[in-house]
Amino acid sequence: MSTPLLETRGLTINFGALAATRDVSLRLDVGARHALIGPNGAGKTTLINLLTGVLKPTDGQVLFKGNDITAVAQADRVKLGIARTFQINRLFRGLSVLDNVYIAVAERLGAAPTMLRPAGARKDVVEEAMALLDTLGLTDNANHRIAELPYGRQRLVELAITLGLKPDVLLLDEPAAGVPSTESHIILDAVAALPREIGVLIIDHDMDLVFRFAERITVLVSGAVFAEGTPKEIAANPDVRAVYLGQAGHG
Amino acid sequence: MTPTRLSEHVAAADIVSRHRLRIWEPIPWILLLAFYFVFPRYLGFGVELLTMILFALSLDLALGYAGIVTLGHAAFFGAGAYTVGMLAKHGIWNEPITSLILAAAMAGAIGLASGLVLLRTTGLTLLMLTLCTMALLEEAANLGAQYTGGFDGLDNLPIPPLFGLFEFSPLYPKTQYLYCLAVLFLCFVLVRTLAYSPFGHSLTGIRENTLRMHAVGAPVRWRLVTCYTISAAIAGIAGGLWAQSNAYVNLSTLGLDRAATVLIILVLGGYGRIYGAFIGAVAYMALSHFLAKAYPTAWQLGLGLLLVVIALFARNGIIGLWDQLTRRFFAKRAAP
Repeated sequence: MSTPLLETRGLTINFGALAATRDVSLRLDVGARHALIGPNGAGKTTLINLLTGVLKPTDGQVLFKGNDITAVAQADRVKLGIARTFQINRLFRGLSVLDNVYIAVAERLGAAPTMLRPAGARKDVVEEAMALLDTLGLTDNANHRIAELPYGRQRLVELAITLGLKPDVLLLDEPAAGVPSTESHIILDAVAALPREIGVLIIDHDMDLVFRFAERITVLVSGAVFAEGTPKEIAANPDVRAVYLGQAGHG
Repeated sequence: MTPTRLSEHVAAADIVSRHRLRIWEPIPWILLLAFYFVFPRYLGFGVELLTMILFALSLDLALGYAGIVTLGHAAFFGAGAYTVGMLAKHGIWNEPITSLILAAAMAGAIGLASGLVLLRTTGLTLLMLTLCTMALLEEAANLGAQYTGGFDGLDNLPIPPLFGLFEFSPLYPKTQYLYCLAVLFLCFVLVRTLAYSPFGHSLTGIRENTLRMHAVGAPVRWRLVTCYTISAAIAGIAGGLWAQSNAYVNLSTLGLDRAATVLIILVLGGYGRIYGAFIGAVAYMALSHFLAKAYPTAWQLGLGLLLVVIALFARNGIIGLWDQLTRRFFAKRAAP
């Protein structure tokens, strides 16, 4: 078996008496399309925070391409190639869409520490940011400030910033959350069109999205892995139906 | 769409040309130079104005661009002023230009040391800690009377002529005015370059969303510390200029009064806008000058009222107000 892109071994975090993540072992391979589902409070976002280095685990390891990165800081994990989107938009609201993406691309290309040359002189950054907006259908919004955009478009900018980091591993935390159903297909199409070489871990409550997109599914309940398998196996698993799918009304 | 067409998009063109000199940008400099010829009797006021513009400009870099909330920026102004004052008074060094560089180095070093500790915090905690830093320095200057002159400060600083040619005359501060103007211009060019650089862009990102900057892999704390250090060094230059121009230094350079004044100036003019420091300083100092003449006892009331109006109706200061008005004007013209 080849080395997984991202792997966790016995990952555990306790907030006081609450075990938000319990002994989670997970692997994400090159090109994976992996979904993480579970009821509210199952610890899905906590797991993402552990993977990205926002939180330090109480116990267990995070490995990236076989190297232990448990102690590596958040910004350094981004440089390694682990990027995420946020469940609730975290954008540079006062800036234009292009400026938002420029910041991410400039960070990746190492342009950001430049002090004595104008930002516009880095044409490579501008062009890459524009090309990225084009692939997400945001070209017409490039000059708009974030605050002027409808929420669905803002979600796309959220994705654009993350893609500007050219990650090897992409963690999508409910990419379509809060987007009206009339616009959610834009997000779904964008997610489906992601470059094949990226390993993607997606959290979502939208079962249509999960079952359309994922090739493997992990069900998380009370911080622990409850079941894992292909979408078919998960859909057929009576326990999963009982704790989750049944409740969600998709059974 | 081909890449060439994309790079011609209005948004891309905006980023590419944003830093270019705009047609009106020489105007403030022409006005400041004209002031020298038109109001020779007000040059003392002019020198005070120029040092405050420079001080406000340094604050703009930290507060306006990087969003570092500080109420103690006079710590660096005072550090620069006392560096120049103490070196000159104790006969160690007094050549004007190199003294300014030493003032910048000292203020920058204090900015770096305090920034490394302070910039781990944000919001109210940060505000209180900046205030504490300034209070500590002020008290140190007060207690170290042997070196700093204590409460009385140091006066009659022996500042030699600039380049050995141009006298600093306390009565006719012609040399001081042009000297301050030249230093302000150089510092302005630096701040403007920084503001439009990718580094300045990332500072704006930190101001707009710090958590996201972490998530795009930016070394947020280092960027903030770097920005704070540069800002402190420029504030130190402003303080050094003030000490040289007045030939004295006292505790007022380190006080809350000065720190609050520079904050008011920046809010009044518009923060995060390079020319906010200019507009704010001119508006504040002209207004306080004339109000103090007209109502010697209650002139601060007028300033207070103005601040209330700005806070209620023009959150981005005078520049923000101007933007709103022009936008409305052009929207009306475009409508019919």
